Amino acid sequence: MIEMTDIRKTFRVSRRSGGMKAALGALFHREYELIRALDGVSFKIQDGEMVGYIGPNGAGKSSSIKIMSGILTPDSGECLIDGRIPWKQRQEHVKKIGVVFGQRSQLWWDVPVVDSFELIRDIYEIEEPLYQKNLARLTEQLDLQEILRTPTRQLSLGQRMRCEIAASLLHSPKILFLDEPTIGLDAVSKIAVREFIRRLNREEGTTVLLTTHDMQDIEALTERIILIGRGRILSDGPLSALRERRDSRRTLTLLFSGTLPAPCPGLKILEQQGGRAVLEADTGILPVSAAISWLSERVEINDLSIGSQSIENLVADLYREYAI
Amino acid sequence: MSAGERLLKRAGLYKYWSLFRIRLLNGLQYRAAAVAGMVTQFFWGTMEILIFSAFYQGNPEHFPMQMQALSSYIWLQQAFLMLFDGWSCEQQIFELITSGNVAYELCRPVDLYKLWFARSAAFRLSRAALRFFPVLAVASLLPAPYGLSLPESPAAFGFFLLSMLLGFLLNLSHIMLLYILTFFTIDSRGVRMLTSALHDLFSGAIIPLPFLPGGLRAVAEWLPYAGMQNMPLRVYSGDIAGAALIRGLLLQLFWLLIFCALGKWLIHKALRRAVIQGG
Repeated sequence: MIEMTDIRKTFRVSRRSGGMKAALGALFHREYELIRALDGVSFKIQDGEMVGYIGPNGAGKSSSIKIMSGILTPDSGECLIDGRIPWKQRQEHVKKIGVVFGQRSQLWWDVPVVDSFELIRDIYEIEEPLYQKNLARLTEQLDLQEILRTPTRQLSLGQRMRCEIAASLLHSPKILFLDEPTIGLDAVSKIAVREFIRRLNREEGTTVLLTTHDMQDIEALTERIILIGRGRILSDGPLSALRERRDSRRTLTLLFSGTLPAPCPGLKILEQQGGRAVLEADTGILPVSAAISWLSERVEINDLSIGSQSIENLVADLYREYAI
Repeated sequence: MSAGERLLKRAGLYKYWSLFRIRLLNGLQYRAAAVAGMVTQFFWGTMEILIFSAFYQGNPEHFPMQMQALSSYIWLQQAFLMLFDGWSCEQQIFELITSGNVAYELCRPVDLYKLWFARSAAFRLSRAALRFFPVLAVASLLPAPYGLSLPESPAAFGFFLLSMLLGFLLNLSHIMLLYILTFFTIDSRGVRMLTSALHDLFSGAIIPLPFLPGGLRAVAEWLPYAGMQNMPLRVYSGDIAGAALIRGLLLQLFWLLIFCALGKWLIHKALRRAVIQGG
C-alpha cells in the first residue's frame, strides 16, 4: 500500500531577466524564487490498484513519483510504501518497485538489450530461475524476440519503450511507477504498451501508478484518477464521476444532404465541411433526442454518431476550472 | 561460476563486478582509437626523450635522475597513460548528472559510489589493456639508455606493481570527486580544467618531480598528485627505494583513504539535496 500524507517540497530556482546587464548583475547578486512543487499532497493507493496521475506540466507529478521512488527527499510529510520510507531505505525500497521514465533510458546505449537485462539481473540479485521465467514471459508478451540481440541505440522508440518496460519488471516488483510511458509512441506501439500494462495489473496484481498527458491512456487503463495542479490534489476518484459531474455535452457527427440552417439554442456547430458537420448539444438545454428530431426535420441525415465530450476537452475544462 | 565470483556474490559486490566486466568488454572494441593513441604516445615519448637527452648531454652532473631511469619512466608513462592521467573519465557519468538521468541509477539497489568507481576502473583498464603492450615491446628494443630497461630488481618490480595499483585507485578516487562535484556545480568543466592542470604539474605527467625546483619539489612530494603517477614510475627503476619507498606507499594509501572518504561523504550530501535536473 502507498500512503502519502501531507507531503511538501520546495525548490529554489534562480531567476534573472534576459540581457547583458541582468546577466552581469547575477554574478554578484542572485535572485532566487521558491517554487512549491508539492504543497501538502496526500493520497492512498491500495495493492493491485491502477491509478492515473494527471495534471498539466509542472504540476508536481514527477516530483511525487521521485519521492515515492526514493530519489527525492521531501521537506516535510510522510510517505510509507509497504511500510518503508523510500528516501530513508532507498536500496531496500527500490528492490521492490519498478520505475519507467518515458523520457529517459535505463538501457545501456551501446550494448545489446539482453546484456542490459543481464546486468539488471545482477544488480537486483535476481535468482537465475526467476530471471529466466520473467525474461521468457516478458519477451513473449512484449514481443521482444527479434530485438533482444540489437544494441539499444539501433532500436526505434517503440521498440525501446517495450524494452524499458521489460527492464523495469525483471525483478518482479509489486509496484510499478510509469512516468509518461507512451510519450512519442506511434498508435500501434501505444496500444501494445497499454494492453501489456492492463494485463500486468490483472494477471500479476501489480500496483500501477501512471502519469500521462495522453488521455487515451487514462481512458484505456485507469479506473481511478488523481488530478494534481500547483502541488495540490484537486480531485481523486473514478473517471466516470468526473465525467458525470462535468459533462452534460454530447457531440453529434453528421453526414447529411441539404443545407444546414443556423442551429437552435442548446446546439452549436463545431465544424462543417460539405455534407459533414460536427455539432455539440448541451443536454441541459436540449436533450439528444430533441436535437436529432430538430436536425431530421431540416436536413436529410445519411449517417449520425453520438459521442461524449472528448476526455481531452474534459481535462482541459478541469484545468481551466481550477485555474492551473 | 568461479570461486571468486561466488565470494563477490556473498559480499554483495557481484553487481559491481558485473558492470565492470560489461564495460571492460565494451571498451575493448575501440581499436582504432587505441592505434591512434599509441602513435601519439610513441611520438610524445620520443620527443620527451630527445629533449631530456639534450639537457643531459649539456650538463650530466646537474641531472637529477639517471638517463636510463628517466627513459624507463617516460616509456612506462606512455604505456600506462590511461591508468594514470588526470582527465580520462566516463563522460557519460557527467551527462547522467547534468541531464538528470542519474534518477535511473538511483532507482536501483546500488551504491552509486561503488558503481561509478567500478565503471571508471573498467573504462581506464580497457583503454590501457589495448595500448600498453605494443608500447612496452617497442620501447624495450630501443638502445640503452633511451629504451625501457628491466626493473631494478625483482623486489622493485613487485613494489612497482603495488604502487601502480595504489596509484590507479588514487586516480580513480580523484576522478570520483570530479563527478560528484558536478552535482553542485552542474557544469564540471571549470573544476576539471583546474584539477587537470594541477595533476599535470604535480603528478610528474609533464616532467618527473625531481626536475622541479627545490622548494616546490619538497611540497609536491607530499601532495596526493605525487602518488598518482610519479611514485610508481620511479619505483620501477629504483629511483625511489628504501625508506622513501615505504613512506611513498603509505602516502599513497593515506590519500586514497582520504579521497574515498571525502567522495562518499560528498555524494551522500549531494543526494540528500539532489535536484534531479529536467522535470
